[in-house]
Amino acid sequence: MAAAGGSRLRRAASALLLRSPRLPARELSAPARLYHKKVVDHYENPRNVGSLDKTSKNVGTGLVGAPACGDVMKLQIQVDEKGKIVDARFKTFGCGSAIASSSLATEWVKGKTVEEALTIKNTDIAKELCLPPVKLHCSMLAEDAIRAALADYRLKQEPKKGEAEKQ
Amino acid sequence: MLLRTAWRRVAAAVRVAPGPKSVAPTRGLRLRAVDLFPQSAVPSDTATAPQAESMLRPLYMDVQATTPLDPRVLDAMLPYLVNYYGNPHSRTHAYGWESEAAMEHARQQVASLIGADPREIIFTSGATESNNIAIKELEAAIQPDTSLVSVMTVNNEIGVKQPIAEIGRICSSRKVYFHTDAAQAVGKIPLDVNDMKIDLMSISGHKIYGPKGVGAIYIRRRPRVRVEALQSGGGQERGMRSGTVPTPLVVGLGAACEVAQQEMEYDHKWISKLAERLTQKIMKSLPDVVMNGDPEHHYPGCINLSFAYVEGESLLMALKDVALSSGSACTSASLEPSYVLRAIGTDEDLAHSSIRFGIGRFTTEEEVDYTVEKCIHHVKRLREMSPLWEMVQDGIDLKSIKWTQH
Repeated sequence: MAAAGGSRLRRAASALLLRSPRLPARELSAPARLYHKKVVDHYENPRNVGSLDKTSKNVGTGLVGAPACGDVMKLQIQVDEKGKIVDARFKTFGCGSAIASSSLATEWVKGKTVEEALTIKNTDIAKELCLPPVKLHCSMLAEDAIRAALADYRLKQEPKKGEAEKQ
Repeated sequence: MLLRTAWRRVAAAVRVAPGPKSVAPTRGLRLRAVDLFPQSAVPSDTATAPQAESMLRPLYMDVQATTPLDPRVLDAMLPYLVNYYGNPHSRTHAYGWESEAAMEHARQQVASLIGADPREIIFTSGATESNNIAIKELEAAIQPDTSLVSVMTVNNEIGVKQPIAEIGRICSSRKVYFHTDAAQAVGKIPLDVNDMKIDLMSISGHKIYGPKGVGAIYIRRRPRVRVEALQSGGGQERGMRSGTVPTPLVVGLGAACEVAQQEMEYDHKWISKLAERLTQKIMKSLPDVVMNGDPEHHYPGCINLSFAYVEGESLLMALKDVALSSGSACTSASLEPSYVLRAIGTDEDLAHSSIRFGIGRFTTEEEVDYTVEKCIHHVKRLREMSPLWEMVQDGIDLKSIKWTQH
C-alpha cells in the first residue's frame, strides 16, 4: 500500500544516493579533514601522558595557557644529576593540535640536556605536525611549556647551589 | 486561461503521498558503505584509494547545520528535474503552465504550514536572502521612531525557543514591525503568523529536509508590510524578488513543508524521546556536564552540552565517526568562542568545552546509543589527559589560579 510504496521509494532513493561518486569516508568527518594524521596519531596513541612528582627537586613543571583561551598545557621534565632530561610527561586541555604539539614536545625533550632542550622551536613542532596557519599558536604554547618547565627546574636548583656555597 | 486553470487542477492532484502517519519508516543504524566502483567519468586518485580500508561514513548528528533530503521530497522533485522543465513564468505554452501550477501548489503548501495566505509567500534562495530582504527596507524606514524587531524563533546553537507570541503582541501594540528567522523552527514547532502577530518570517529549505538553495519569506499583507527588492530584474514574485523561480527547488520546499505538517507531532515525540535518552545517559555516566540553554523553553532536537575540563575540538576529533559541531573557538575560523554561549553568560572555559548534538527525523536509537557510548568513553579519556581535571581532583579551585596568558 502507501507504506510499502513509500518504503520502496525510500530504498530506491537511498540506492540512488549510494551510487553517486563521493569522497572516501575518511574525509567526511570534519575534524579529520582539518587534522593531519600525525595529529590524530598523537591522540589515539598517546605518548607520555601523565604526571611526575611535582615536589621532587629533579622535576621541573611548566603550566602555560588559560582555560578562558581554551588552551592549557602542563609539561613536566625529570632531569638526572648530569643535567640530561630522562623523562617527560604532559597533560593538555586544548584542541587536537595542542595535544599533539605538547605530546611531541615531551618526545623531543627526552634524552636532551637542559641547554639542548632550549633550542626546540615552535616552527619545528609546527613543521613536524604539518599544522595549518590557524593552529600555529598551539606549537608556540608548546614551546612556552618547555621553557616554563626548564625555568622551574632551574629555579629549584638555585637554592641548592646557594646553600652549597654558604657551606 | 482555461487551459492554465486545468493545469492547476492537474498539478494539485499530483500530491506528496501522505502515507499512514502512525507507521514509522524503517530506521536502522545508518552506517552507509561507500560505493566501491567509481562511477565518475574523471579518473581521480580516489579510484586507487585502498578499498580494503573501512569505507563507512560517519553518523550524522548535525541537523542544525543541514538536513538530509526526505525521500518523499525527492519523489516530488524528480518529475520537475527530468520532465516538467518549463519556466514557470512562460505564459504561452503547457511547459510554463504546468511549472507555474507546481510553483503555486508549493506556495500553498508553505503557506498552510505557517497559517498564512499563499499571496504572502515569496520564494527566495534561502533564509539568508529572506533575512536581508526583511531587514533592508525596514532599516531605512521613514519615521525615526519606526523600528524593527528581529528575533530567531529557535536558536540554532542551543535550541532555545523565544517567546514569539509575546514578542509579537508587544510589537503589534507598539506598531513596530516584527521579523523572525524561523529557519530552525518551521515544521518543527507549531507556528501561526496570525496568532503570533508576525509580520515577516524567513524560511529555509534545507533545514526542514528540503533541498538546498531555496527558501521563502513571508510578508504580511494585512496590514501591508512594504519591503524593497534586493535584486531587480523581470519583476517576478510580485516585483519583490526578480529571477526565474526554480520550479524543482520550490516543489521540494513545498513538499518538505507538507511532509513536516503531517509529521510534526510524531517527529516531536520521536526527537524528544531520543533527546531525553541522550541527555539522561550522558548526565548519568559523566560528572560536570552542563546543558546550555533554558531547559524549559527548549527545542529538544538541539542539545548543547559543555563537558568541563575537556576542550570541544579535541572531543570532536576523538568522535571522528560522528558528525557533530562545537561552540569552541578552535572550530571557528576566528578563534572566538560561540557568541551565543557568551551572550547567555557561560564561563569562557565552558564555552570552549561545548558540543552540539543534533537529533532529527531520521536519527535512530542505535545512532544515539553509539554516539553516547563513544562520547562517554572519549570524555573520560580526555579528562585523564587534562591538567584542569587533575587539579580539580586534587581539590584545587581553578578560579584561584593566575594563568600565564589571557
